[in-house]
Amino acid sequence: MIALSDYLIFGAILFVISMAGIFLNRKNVIVLLMAIELLLLAVNTNLVAFSHFHNDVTGQIFVFFILTVAAAEAAIGLAIIVLVFRKRKSINVDDLGTLKG
Amino acid sequence: MNFVIPSFTPAVPEMVLLALISTILIADTFWAKRFQFATYYATQISLVVVGFLIISSFATVPVITFDGSFVRDSFGDVLKLFVLAVSFGVFFFGREYLVQHKFFSGEFFVLGLFSVLGMFVMISAHNMITMYLGLEIMSLAIYAMVAMRKESAGAVEAGLKYFVLGALATGMLLYGFSMIYGATGSITFPEIADIIASGKADTVVLSFGVVFVVIGLAFKLGAVPFHMWVPDVYHGSPTAVTLFLATAPKIAAFAMLYRLLAEAMPDLLKDWQSLIIMLSVLSLIVGAFVAIVQDNLKRMLAYSGIGHMGFLLLGVIAATPDGYASAMFYVVIYAITGVAGFGVIATLSRTGKEFDLISDFKGLNARNPWLALMILMIMFSMAGVPPFIGFWAKLLVVEEIIQAGFLWLAVLAVIAAVISAFYYLKVIKAMYFDTPEDASKLEPANSRLTIGVSSIAILLLVLGLLPGTMIDVFFNSLNVVS
Repeated sequence: MIALSDYLIFGAILFVISMAGIFLNRKNVIVLLMAIELLLLAVNTNLVAFSHFHNDVTGQIFVFFILTVAAAEAAIGLAIIVLVFRKRKSINVDDLGTLKG
Repeated sequence: MNFVIPSFTPAVPEMVLLALISTILIADTFWAKRFQFATYYATQISLVVVGFLIISSFATVPVITFDGSFVRDSFGDVLKLFVLAVSFGVFFFGREYLVQHKFFSGEFFVLGLFSVLGMFVMISAHNMITMYLGLEIMSLAIYAMVAMRKESAGAVEAGLKYFVLGALATGMLLYGFSMIYGATGSITFPEIADIIASGKADTVVLSFGVVFVVIGLAFKLGAVPFHMWVPDVYHGSPTAVTLFLATAPKIAAFAMLYRLLAEAMPDLLKDWQSLIIMLSVLSLIVGAFVAIVQDNLKRMLAYSGIGHMGFLLLGVIAATPDGYASAMFYVVIYAITGVAGFGVIATLSRTGKEFDLISDFKGLNARNPWLALMILMIMFSMAGVPPFIGFWAKLLVVEEIIQAGFLWLAVLAVIAAVISAFYYLKVIKAMYFDTPEDASKLEPANSRLTIGVSSIAILLLVLGLLPGTMIDVFFNSLNVVS
């Protein structure tokens, strides 16, 4: 039997990986998008685990909403990345530093 | 399994707004060529119609519908009316800016309206799913608006930054939501509050949840140390969009803060109060000092906005109905003044010239004395100089924080207000005492803009002279709730 805490630790690991992906990644903007998806997956794991152990279906319904919205979010994110690429011919994170002051 | 059809009446303003947006979205494709401004007028009329709907059915007692996921109360109705009013101003200034900078398109207004719908849902949210959906409807529309000006490298970069950090903030907030759901087994705000009060919830999981929720909220409000996106995004976006994202979403973010902290977790006051105190102190300090060195007015206003968030959080720290009411008053006044502040840039900006550097304002008094006077009034209101309304907003939050027993915070807030007066005066000094590089007369592209700026500036003065009624509206709206 897998305990609730195992799921939570798994969720926490996903969360930490995605944080590392966002803050340590200096190369590719697509990786940022993947890290954000991973963050939402960490949330979904937590919700499903809690929902199972509470014997309550609400958490799983919440997951459906998160998955749907995440798809819309990825669409907008990719559209913005396409614009950035057209403008600069590069999607390196390091090249995005013109707005400083 | 029996299904009861929920009462739709409390959500009529939202549904009418959605129907109008959808109509405008489709109609815009036909209108765009023949009648250039039809979408603009339709947008403004929609805002007015929805405003009348809310006033005519103003909620005096809270009504909860859709199985506990949606609430209509006077707190929400007051905030919604001000979201409408602020958006009206934003579209008014935005239209002229878009025309001047040659990227006028109906999408700006349609996306803006969708974002307003998202704010409405957030303000009326009564469980975590509704809150999340409202937040995303609002944010996704704004991400697209920021990156709308495709040929501007700054705008596209700002769009990407806002998107990544906004999505990160939402993720944090959701992680906190999942923890709170795990600890309490419920997602409806009053149920969460009841379970926490009964002591059945796991306190460790719960305090994790609170920390993540507060971080997510701080990101959305733009409070230090989660403010790094604010100056870049405000600076990079086209002024018409900055105008929007600096004002109305802050009102919605405050509603989110109130619903989550005050309605769902009042018994965890000890856990979140210290976090909010930290955010508030840092925001006050950063907002006061970093704004001084900025030479771009949009960046300066961004840092001043961060400082204003520090003031707003003071009212939340007090954690009494009066404290929340003072914070609510503060955020609305901040939004109205923000429309005026960024509206000035939109007013003076014209084809090929952004007019967003403080040096652009040099000698404005000689070039256009009336507008210089209006900017003086707006800056005074932001700095909190009596008799302008900004003074009363600051006074109320400081009064509440003293009553709650945080005298040191009140002292810090007053010192921060004095320091921040310095950079507002810098703009006034540039207008009145510096010699202009180009002494020719300067008229806005359109006389409507002068009327717009003047009417908001005079409103700030009149409200400041007679603040009683407006303050009563806010305090009554919250005392009914609690």
